Amino acid sequence: MLSVVGILFVALLVAWLVVNAIKTPTDFFNVLLIGITQGSVYALIALGYTLVYGILQLINFAHGDVFALSGLFSTTVILSWFGLSDSTAALGIVGGLAATFVIVAAFGAVVNSTIEFVAYRRLRNAPRLAVLITAVGMSFIVQNISLAIYGVTAHSIPPLISSNNIFMIGGVHYAWDAFFVILVTAPVLVLLSWLVKSTRQGKSMRATSQDPEAAAIMGIDVNRTISFTFALAGALAGVAGVLYVVEFNIRYDTGFQLGLIAFTAAVLGGIGNLTGAVVGALLIGLIQAFNEGLSWFAPGSDWTRSLVFAILIAILVFRPEGLLGERTPEGA
Amino acid sequence: MGPRARQLRARVGAQKNRVAKSARLDQLAAQWRRIPSGYRGWVPFLILVSLAITYPFYVASLPTNIPVILTLPTVHDTVTILVFVVMAVGLNVVVGYAGLLDLGYVAFYAIGAYTAGWLASGQFQQINFHFGAVGVGSSETGIHISIWLVLLIAGVVTAIGGILIGLPTLRLRGDYLAIVTLGFGEIIPQFVRNADDLHGFDLTHGTFGISPIDAPGFGMTLHNALGLPIRYDDSFPPTPDRLFFWTVLGILLLTIFCSMRLRDSRLGRAWIAIREDETAAGAMGIPLMRTKTWAYAIGAFFGGIAGAYVATFNSGAFPSQFDFNISIFLLCMVILGGMGSIWGVVLAGTILAWLNVEGLANIGSWLNANVFPSSHQIDVPKYEFGIYGVIIVLMMLFRPVGLIPERRRKREIEEGTRGSLDEPLYEMRGADEPGAGERGESGRIPRG
Repeated sequence: MLSVVGILFVALLVAWLVVNAIKTPTDFFNVLLIGITQGSVYALIALGYTLVYGILQLINFAHGDVFALSGLFSTTVILSWFGLSDSTAALGIVGGLAATFVIVAAFGAVVNSTIEFVAYRRLRNAPRLAVLITAVGMSFIVQNISLAIYGVTAHSIPPLISSNNIFMIGGVHYAWDAFFVILVTAPVLVLLSWLVKSTRQGKSMRATSQDPEAAAIMGIDVNRTISFTFALAGALAGVAGVLYVVEFNIRYDTGFQLGLIAFTAAVLGGIGNLTGAVVGALLIGLIQAFNEGLSWFAPGSDWTRSLVFAILIAILVFRPEGLLGERTPEGA
Repeated sequence: MGPRARQLRARVGAQKNRVAKSARLDQLAAQWRRIPSGYRGWVPFLILVSLAITYPFYVASLPTNIPVILTLPTVHDTVTILVFVVMAVGLNVVVGYAGLLDLGYVAFYAIGAYTAGWLASGQFQQINFHFGAVGVGSSETGIHISIWLVLLIAGVVTAIGGILIGLPTLRLRGDYLAIVTLGFGEIIPQFVRNADDLHGFDLTHGTFGISPIDAPGFGMTLHNALGLPIRYDDSFPPTPDRLFFWTVLGILLLTIFCSMRLRDSRLGRAWIAIREDETAAGAMGIPLMRTKTWAYAIGAFFGGIAGAYVATFNSGAFPSQFDFNISIFLLCMVILGGMGSIWGVVLAGTILAWLNVEGLANIGSWLNANVFPSSHQIDVPKYEFGIYGVIIVLMMLFRPVGLIPERRRKREIEEGTRGSLDEPLYEMRGADEPGAGERGESGRIPRG
């Protein structure tokens, strides 16, 4: 019964997309490209949620705010430290941005593992709810740190990456700044996958997430592994922060909404599952773009958040293990 | 008489005084003992209630230069404070008794406020329906139902909303449930913000909100018979604020009473059993879904009444009132007071709500005048939620049972029961720690 409803719903969705694609093909493909770009940024944040959840079964509410703080910090790095502007030579921009990515990723890593060290580590044996509530508290603290340093105004940087088109096929265009996001995200994802799958540290992460006690018996320093995971998640949030700043304005409270969207993406793909987070994030990015960009029976940007949360609720109720996750006793 | 003798006499005098004082104290204590033990607990309560009831009469004569807090809240602000406390007591049923983390309580607040908006204002101009509303001309369009009825209807509608939200989601484990409620808490405010053009139909009047909303009152007949006010906002200040204050005080006392009686009822015991150990509660024959749904419905009921009351007090329901922050703010009250502890929640709710409406601004200006140098003035209210964040984290780290812990909850935390709230995040005990090896399985029990 439930699966019938699910299939019907997916069929309707596909039909809606097909009709839109036939009615306005140019818009459809433009929106598709926007969705993929947006989804890539979400993927980096969603991975942070999924990494931490995988190892601690904790929804780190503060993650979105770490992302926002890193994004704001990157404006300082780009504008004050390196003084990059759109008139800087191409080589300067490339070098400056590369350095910014490294610095901000390190910054995000430090912030995130500090949060873990200050708050979550003391609560290892505490009730699960206590840690969840602490995470909500940390989220507000980090957000207010951003507020104290950067104020309520939105921050932005001059357009460093050209918005000229790479190609233009019959109205469908793809700009350099959109490509830049993919150009950064793809290697980061490959690197992450290598780190988790093939290194010693990644192995201890996987072992700890499976069974912390057994991992400890095997000589894995569980606390260090958890710290490393938070640092990794923070670094991803840092990279996402820089990418976001290159594309959009950022404010101290940007991270909260975006964090929730990214979390939805992680749940959609199956929380704790790295591939799932990326797939979920791309889907959410596409859903958002289609909703805001298509013209035939699309609710429009006023309803994006409602739509994303409705998806979140539907997924949690009907398929809590997500699209790619395995069914666990906890999920259902 | 030499100086030595005078000294001696003075000492004797002091001694006598002390004896007299202690005799008076003994007398008082004897009187105290004469009160039957069952009623003794009522004395501080009655003193507190009479202080609260007479508050509007003496607040104006209180000093306005108290260190740090400067002033006590005005009657107008006290209404808002008490409404928040009503909601906190309602949330306490969900979070404190039944142990279901609800991060979207603001949704219930919004539903209540908008129900009042729909049933007691000129929002629906197509309809002309009057029932017991006071001070509204019979030719005015819209639905105008007596506020007293609207409060009740809003509670019931919100409770039904709570059941509808709860039915599909209450099967989920603790943190997933938190996320789903958070989702609803985000969707409903966005819905009311956008629902001014649903295929041309204006349901909520969008960002402008629904305004004005009718005021409560008792009408002509009761006014003539009992001298009750005809309509709250007909009279001149400060009377309307006082009327609203006494009414909300009554609602709060009623809420506290219901909440206490519920806690000791069969249903309340079932909630606490679920909080302590869901699996065991289910095994003992408690219908889990039904019991949890009741917790949701009742928590929502109080939220709805509070929402409707705020709407009539402000004479409007506006989407900007229903931020996610409010949910956290209310949760903070429950945590700070102590989950499940009514008096703790009332105390913490009063403090935090006061900080929200007046306290932080007052403390901020005191700090700026007396502590911070004029070159480094800080806008304290701006960091309100950062301060709440700090409170939440500190409480969780150092005093997870709250300000006035409920006895039972305290024992649960000390003994480490394994309810859905208390399932450890990460069971890693050292061999020498208490409880080591008692529960090898890291709490991963399938939950029904």
